[in-house]
Amino acid sequence: MRDRKKEPKARRMSLQIGGHGLAGKKGQAQPSAARKSGMQKRNAKSRRISTAFLAPSFLGVMLFFVVPFFVVIYYAVVNNPIQHHFVFLDNFSNVFHNAAFRQAASNTMKFSAIAVPLAVALSLGLAMLLDSKIPFKSQFRTFFLTPMMVPIASIVLIWQVLFHYNGMVNDITALFGTDKIDWLKSEHAQVVIIVLFLWKNLGYNMILFMSALGSIPKDILEVAILESAKPWQIFVHIKIRYLSSTILFVTIMSLINSFKVFREIYLLTDDYPYNTVYMMQHFMNNTFGNLDYQKLSAAAILMSLVMVAIIGILFLTENYFGKDVEG
Amino acid sequence: MGGRKKRTGLDMEESAYKRMIERKKKAAKVRRAVTTLIAASIALLFLMPIVLTVTNSFMSASEISSNYGQVFSTSDSGGKTFISKKVNLKFIPDMVSFSQYITVLFKSPDYLFKFWNSVILVAPIVGFQLLVALLASYGFTRYRGKLKEIIFFTYIILMLMPYQVTLVPNYLVSSWLHILDTRWAIWLPGIFSPFAVYLLTKYMRRIPVSVMEAAQIDGAGEWQIFRHVCMPLCKGCMCSVAILIFIDYWNMVEQPLILLTDDAMHPLSVFLSKIKNGEIGLAFAVATIYMVPTLLVFLYGEDYLVEGITYQGGIKG
Repeated sequence: MRDRKKEPKARRMSLQIGGHGLAGKKGQAQPSAARKSGMQKRNAKSRRISTAFLAPSFLGVMLFFVVPFFVVIYYAVVNNPIQHHFVFLDNFSNVFHNAAFRQAASNTMKFSAIAVPLAVALSLGLAMLLDSKIPFKSQFRTFFLTPMMVPIASIVLIWQVLFHYNGMVNDITALFGTDKIDWLKSEHAQVVIIVLFLWKNLGYNMILFMSALGSIPKDILEVAILESAKPWQIFVHIKIRYLSSTILFVTIMSLINSFKVFREIYLLTDDYPYNTVYMMQHFMNNTFGNLDYQKLSAAAILMSLVMVAIIGILFLTENYFGKDVEG
Repeated sequence: MGGRKKRTGLDMEESAYKRMIERKKKAAKVRRAVTTLIAASIALLFLMPIVLTVTNSFMSASEISSNYGQVFSTSDSGGKTFISKKVNLKFIPDMVSFSQYITVLFKSPDYLFKFWNSVILVAPIVGFQLLVALLASYGFTRYRGKLKEIIFFTYIILMLMPYQVTLVPNYLVSSWLHILDTRWAIWLPGIFSPFAVYLLTKYMRRIPVSVMEAAQIDGAGEWQIFRHVCMPLCKGCMCSVAILIFIDYWNMVEQPLILLTDDAMHPLSVFLSKIKNGEIGLAFAVATIYMVPTLLVFLYGEDYLVEGITYQGGIKG
């Protein structure tokens, strides 16, 4: 509020200086210089003010994310929060040798390794499907996007019914002569979770791919068709190249979302899931239960390191493959 | 290429050409039908769980328990005691009844209370995260410097961190501030989450600098430029961001589980998973009620949502 009052005044001042200079006898360099310095002052001022806009968010992010993260790093290298003995990597090796952590890490990795590529490929497929000439495109887009909007908690009930031992999915697979599977209480639980994950996330990825497909220059595609390039050639040599940055983004987002899959598992199976779907978040939750800060911190840091490494690798790969395509 | 040769070959070539075109047209038609069919069946698969939940919410409680009774009682005890019976998945209830809704809305206030919990937890986060992010993204847009770029990069990294990583810092701060087990423990990290800042900044940076400079030359102060130039131009993006924040937090499970140990404050999303131990007959109605706000938002804001997702694409941009 204060700035609003002050600003016009400052402007008037600078105008006055300018006006005075114009009225003066000597030269024309003077007024412009005076005006310039006035402008500079104003610029500096508004620069300060605009930076002040950052303050609330910056302070909040500092307080809730950055500063405590350094404390987490500190906690990860001391023996406990009271004695503060420096133990360097002991906590990390403790976590590494923890059976539950290993289980959680390997399950999470396995899950991401399967679910993320599937999510990328299938959503690209969906986007291509909607990019081809079919009627009711916008309706299809709406339908594919709807699962994203629906809270998982609402849908879990029907999922349990579908994948129950005597449920519909087993009835359908029985038609093909396979044995009944107790989906949620066997190693097949991972399949159920992957299906649920894909159901929920494909729409979001599809939108990203659709906008990327739409931004591929039409003339390049036309030239390719004139040169009688085969559809797969167009796909591999043109579309994939132009999509590379989107593929990167979709991969990263799917990866992040694949870490969130605890939600689905928790809602489907409560606190005690089958071994193969015991995820990182379960481990964290249990560790929160007995407030083992050292373990928590070490696990969080390990995970962030892995995440940074993965994102870095993805960026480098994308840079390598997509470097000759602008946009 | 003699003229005579051309004339003699013309008829045949032409008819062959026509036939080829026709064949191609036919193939294209078939291909189109097939792709439409594929798309339709995928759409059916995608919609089925939602439709089923909604239709099942119109079953009477007794119908639900006779159809699915065993699904939920076995998942509770862990044993497979009722295997002999079949699970009857019904698309359409035998008798449409609103008894579930009547019970939920008028007879058992517990569910409405949990629904209200969800609203109370989510609404301030959507509002204030948007506000804080709008201010911040204006700060990031005007006078870009090296320091600001570094801060912005930090925001991106934070945004990309999985929840398990940011959870520990959040928990620490909440315990320092003694706000664990209060709603503030959910609100504050939510409000300062860097996600909206990232999205809005990306959008705001697309506004030509000359627009803001013109306002400045006309004597507008920073606040005026923000309020009367930037905000109106960002309206669409604000809607998109609000929708994305809303669906994310409406769906939250991890945060309340860890930061709110008091069950009474849990949102409906967490509570729904416990419903099956008791009143299965109501579960579908509650699930449907919980879906309604998001579906309404979707109905009115699908285009904003799509735009919002599109802005997100291309992290480098």
